[in-house]
Amino acid sequence: MDLVEMKRDHRAFAIILTFCVMFAFWMLLSAWTVYLVEPYDLFVVSSKGILAALIVTFLTYEIFVPNRGENVLLKMQRFIPYLGWELWQIYLATIDVTKRVFGILEVDPRIIEFDTTLRSDFALVTFGNSITLTPGTITIDIEPEKGRYIVHAIAKEPADSLTVDQIMQKKVGYVFMEE
Amino acid sequence: MLAIDVVSTVFLALGAFFMITGTIGLLKFPDFYTRLHATGKCDTLGQILVIIGCMIYEGFTLITIKLLMVSAFYLLVGPAGTHALMKAAYVTGLPVWKKGDKRM
Amino acid sequence: MILPFLVVGIIIASTILVCSYRAIRGPGTFNRIVAANVIGTKAIVLLILAGYIIERPQFIDIALMYAAIAFIGTIIIAKYVERGELCSR
Repeated sequence: MDLVEMKRDHRAFAIILTFCVMFAFWMLLSAWTVYLVEPYDLFVVSSKGILAALIVTFLTYEIFVPNRGENVLLKMQRFIPYLGWELWQIYLATIDVTKRVFGILEVDPRIIEFDTTLRSDFALVTFGNSITLTPGTITIDIEPEKGRYIVHAIAKEPADSLTVDQIMQKKVGYVFMEE
Repeated sequence: MLAIDVVSTVFLALGAFFMITGTIGLLKFPDFYTRLHATGKCDTLGQILVIIGCMIYEGFTLITIKLLMVSAFYLLVGPAGTHALMKAAYVTGLPVWKKGDKRM
Repeated sequence: MILPFLVVGIIIASTILVCSYRAIRGPGTFNRIVAANVIGTKAIVLLILAGYIIERPQFIDIALMYAAIAFIGTIIIAKYVERGELCSR
């Protein structure tokens, strides 16, 4: 893994943001009821949290706050309805597997390949995870240069809904603005 | 029995049913790739439903947030582990089952 | 209110026993890895339910740590079987 060269003010911003998130997480898990009961014991209790948060911050701040892309706020805003649609697809996927286990629908597996227009890391990973959570398909391999996916499908209808209909490509392309 | 207890018991029973279905699929399917389909999807949803049942029983305390973190973490890493196993099998050359073959 | 948690816990524990048939029988390495992964997932749920039965809420922290460690173990085994070695220089 090659480390990206970071500018000085971006490095300071990354360290401060990572430290705040880590300390808030520690306080949420371990010690927030102490602050309600005895407010003058603040420093003794939270010194352990500050030490642990400092160690983790200096080990991992380059990974947590990457170099800024474009329109990050708009992409985050469009991402949340996509998460809701995906939770509904998890439920449909489990109903589909239940029907195939008990013999109502048939098992006829095949392997398919197709290309997409997504290029950035986060978009490729999100699409791969969504294929795994959709009824009937699991991702096998991804090529980042051409956006090619190799997918194992369990019958003909889930395979068609990926290559012929292309519902999910349009949704992910809308969220990440068709990278 | 209160209404919250009944709702929580319904979610726990649904989660247990989906986990039983996932394990029957693990025994019954004819190939490694199809068995990954069964366990990767049924186990994820069964676990989420059991944890939602426990969250409804609890109310709004700190423990609810910790349970939410366990279930959100597994929702992220479950499909990633499934994909990693399937890629390792495909690259090493495990044969794929077509319809009409012998069971492997 | 302990009775529903106890019944669901016993059902999931018997599911673990059924799943170990695939761990013993499965022809080849990969079926056994899948069975171990499934047993790890069900162990997380069993830890949370055991915390409710004994009425100690600290078991949820143990479940969170075990989920992280089981995920890392699965990824390392998959990488080792794919390449024949763990880190290539």
